[in-house]
Amino acid sequence: MARTATYQQAINEALAQEMERDETVIVMGEDVAGGLGTDGERDAWGGPLGITKGLYGKYGDRVMDTPISESAFIGAAVGAATAGLRPVAELMFIDFMGVCFDQIFNQAAKFRYMFGGKAETPVVIRTMYGAGLRAAAQHSQCLYPVFTHIPGLKVVTPATPYDAKGLLIQAIRDNDPVIFCEHKALYTLEGDVPEEPYALPFGEANIVREGDDVSIVTLGRMVHVATEAADALSGDGIECEVVDLRTTSPMDEDTILETVENTGRLVVLDEAHPRCNMATDIAAMVCEKAFDSLKGPIKQVTAPHTPVPFADTLEDLYIPDAAAVQKAVKAVMESSK
Amino acid sequence: MQLSRDDLLTAYRIMRTIREFEERLHVEFATGDIPGFVHLYAGEEASGVGVCMHLDDRDRIASTHRGHGHCIAKGCDVDGMMAEIYGRRDGLCAGKGGSMHIADLDKGMMGANGIVGGGPPLICGAGLAAKQLGTGGVAIAFVGDGGSNQGTTFESLNLASVWNLPCIFVIENNGYAESTSSKWSIACDDAADRASGFNMPGVVVDGHDFFAVHEAAGEAIKRAREGAGPSLLECKLNRYYGHFEGDAQTYRGQDEVKKLRESRDCLALFRENVTSAGLLEGAELDAIDREALAQIDGAVTKAKTAPPPTAADLLTDVYVTY
Amino acid sequence: MSEGIRPICMPKWGLSMKEGKVAGWLVDEGDALAPGDEVIDIETEKISSAVEAADAGVLRRHVAQEGDVLPVGGLLGIVADEGVADGDIDAFVTDFQANFVPPEDDDEDSGPATETVEVAGRNIRYLTKGEGGTPAILIHGFGGDLNNWLFNHDALAARRVVHALDLPGHGSSAKDVGDGSVGFFADIVTGFADALGIEQAHLVGHSMGGAIALAVARAAPARVASITLIGSAGLGSDIDGDYLEGFIAAERRKDLKPHVEKLFSDPALVTRQLVNDLLAFKRIDGVTAALGTIREAFAPGGAQAEVMRDVAGSVPTLVIWGAGDRIIPASHADGLPDGVDCTVLDSQGHMVQMEAATEVNRLIDERLG
Repeated sequence: MARTATYQQAINEALAQEMERDETVIVMGEDVAGGLGTDGERDAWGGPLGITKGLYGKYGDRVMDTPISESAFIGAAVGAATAGLRPVAELMFIDFMGVCFDQIFNQAAKFRYMFGGKAETPVVIRTMYGAGLRAAAQHSQCLYPVFTHIPGLKVVTPATPYDAKGLLIQAIRDNDPVIFCEHKALYTLEGDVPEEPYALPFGEANIVREGDDVSIVTLGRMVHVATEAADALSGDGIECEVVDLRTTSPMDEDTILETVENTGRLVVLDEAHPRCNMATDIAAMVCEKAFDSLKGPIKQVTAPHTPVPFADTLEDLYIPDAAAVQKAVKAVMESSK
Repeated sequence: MQLSRDDLLTAYRIMRTIREFEERLHVEFATGDIPGFVHLYAGEEASGVGVCMHLDDRDRIASTHRGHGHCIAKGCDVDGMMAEIYGRRDGLCAGKGGSMHIADLDKGMMGANGIVGGGPPLICGAGLAAKQLGTGGVAIAFVGDGGSNQGTTFESLNLASVWNLPCIFVIENNGYAESTSSKWSIACDDAADRASGFNMPGVVVDGHDFFAVHEAAGEAIKRAREGAGPSLLECKLNRYYGHFEGDAQTYRGQDEVKKLRESRDCLALFRENVTSAGLLEGAELDAIDREALAQIDGAVTKAKTAPPPTAADLLTDVYVTY
Repeated sequence: MSEGIRPICMPKWGLSMKEGKVAGWLVDEGDALAPGDEVIDIETEKISSAVEAADAGVLRRHVAQEGDVLPVGGLLGIVADEGVADGDIDAFVTDFQANFVPPEDDDEDSGPATETVEVAGRNIRYLTKGEGGTPAILIHGFGGDLNNWLFNHDALAARRVVHALDLPGHGSSAKDVGDGSVGFFADIVTGFADALGIEQAHLVGHSMGGAIALAVARAAPARVASITLIGSAGLGSDIDGDYLEGFIAAERRKDLKPHVEKLFSDPALVTRQLVNDLLAFKRIDGVTAALGTIREAFAPGGAQAEVMRDVAGSVPTLVIWGAGDRIIPASHADGLPDGVDCTVLDSQGHMVQMEAATEVNRLIDERLG
């Protein structure tokens, strides 16, 4: 029986086990230990939410606090990755990509191609994303579609503690740059997590729930929203198949096409803004490659085309919920009779 | 570091090779055979060579969009570079990078860079890796006067200092960021003045003078290798050609370049210095001149006849695995 | 009031089962039942199987209907003697439902927990059920774990203490498999018995676990009360080498599924969850290497390295095989030494102890006495 751990513990354990296994693995970021240069406690924070807490005590100088200089330290992680280290850099919020994106998409993502296949850049950028914590417009976005757009990057969005550990271990062992997106509302989620290290391959979607009526393809925190909706719909006699992408790049097109071929109906659920997100991407791909399998129009359930609002009443309206998914599933059923 | 006779010959040979490479590109680019843009380093050779003469394969450099000189100074294959600039399959980057992205990580050359200020953060990483892995290596970011105003450069100076990294930031101030004068765009008198704000030495040197660059870089590199942290070196120098080939340089004074070539040419200064001191014979240098010319002739001939990449190459080398 | 009324409840198959779904009743209300009759089909995320009658009686009530999802322990139906009044059954059901508390996720009492013991420097996970009698030790096969016995463990533990272990390289036990040979695993089983203070045990082995039981009987016959060999290795050199190789090499769901389907007579039993669980096991660091080491020692070049037919019968021996076993052929059950009890079950495959649990449990239970 697997032991139970939270998403947060799973991430910490993956980091610790990989640092133990491979001394070229280093962790860097703002306050990943904390307390540097103060009269107080060293390892005071372990990251703003304590995700990296305890690593400094075990691995000392391989856990590096940085100034608030995302361009410099994300770039340093990228440069170090070409020079023999396997850095795991923490970009505290995905929203902060705006101040360091060049180092990610013009440098890390392109080295291998620009240099004629002669570069490897095994860097991981861990970053927190998603709405739900009343963190407002600059600390709540789902920007993984932006990274997914860039050739050369791999993008990971674990939905469960088990996936978080296995995918992070894979990310660290992977020889390409990986953007590892952690949904901040999932850190306390508990689930079965083996104590031993294990790596989950990228590009393998997880079928979370089987059903023959409607496919709900989703990712990240929305996997749980989809499951909640599917459970409720089951009571109405509608059985949904819920597919968790796990990674948006590479993306498991085969599993998406298979589930659509099985059910003939598709709802795509994405917490990101509606334009050029995973929902549009998947809907377009399915239309192109499995149009004949569809019994009716695809429905997309996404956040609206607005910044993430602050007030709790507004943010609750902003985030796609199970009711919205149920409505979409029923609409798809209705339009495909 | 005392320069041996061989060192002097090597330094001259590399500077001359860069000069011939760039002068020839100036001619060839005008024929329309070379795709894209090229930014030529002619006139700045003493800087790249003066710094890189101290380096070996464990050391890393990051360059700028004006990167051919740094590549040659760091040991990149000249034939491979020329083929790359022509967009050939056997170019150093298989024809996928071009002039602005020439790199050879095995030689410690982390790439010319199309992004102004792109290199300094990467160099902090290379310095960090050298420090963590205990290689004894140093990492050097070449930055133009334009790049010296980028936030990435400021952040990197600070990070290198607080992490005490074996990094050197070489600002090659050729007076113009594209068409805008550095006298206007840099708020202080010398970019090197900024070093004090990051608690590191900042030195201004005459970038036309190989020996001045070599000496100042030697001190900074020694300091870095000994674990004493980063330094900033500002080389004041000039470029002979425009920001890119095709730039009419209407922003420059009349005869500005002509006068510089006559009075401040780094190769002429080097030759005068070593021959007047009796260190090398003029004939030896003449021989090198001829050999460099022949080498570049050969490189251009090979590049022009080399095959282009194939359609299959379009989709490869994006990822290690995907 | 509940005199003669016996509830049929949602079983707990395996440690992680929390609820099950009624796939369909196999007997109608009013039908007479004998012990061991299959009464109702239950589906879980991992596996489907039938609940069998524990006692004789009449199936008086279908409380749960097809499609219902019930927590472990939930009331499925009622068996009672013919004479019990309907009103008493109604009252029993009402009372049961009023007092039923589904087990909490973390409830310590929801079932026995696994334990760990150190054997030859390795942590070995095991699960113990039942008490008294001569202990039995259940030994799974290549790539399996103690959950392979989930339909057998409870039934066999009704009359004796039964330990199921994870062999090294498997389940949650240490991943160091030494030289990977059957002899190595036999020493582990003997060491396991030592660690638990077991003087003599019935060994029940499936597949490679059967070969291990044979090797223990060969090396330490005094420690072995009997051996039960199910779809067993060690009785001939044939084995599906492609299965072993494919099982090790498969990295993705699609690649693994066809190999796992070879294990069962009914491929529908290979649920996505079953495949996912196997993948999760295979993805743990060290597992693929361990399985590779075992394969090299156990079946180099696709043929079993150790044939121990002469050991069968040297201790009391029961052999059970599925006639349609695609991994190790049932023909290995032919011509075994005198005194070996042998049953070959028609239309069954390699995982006969799961797919024909009722019959297999009955055979073993009779044999162990």
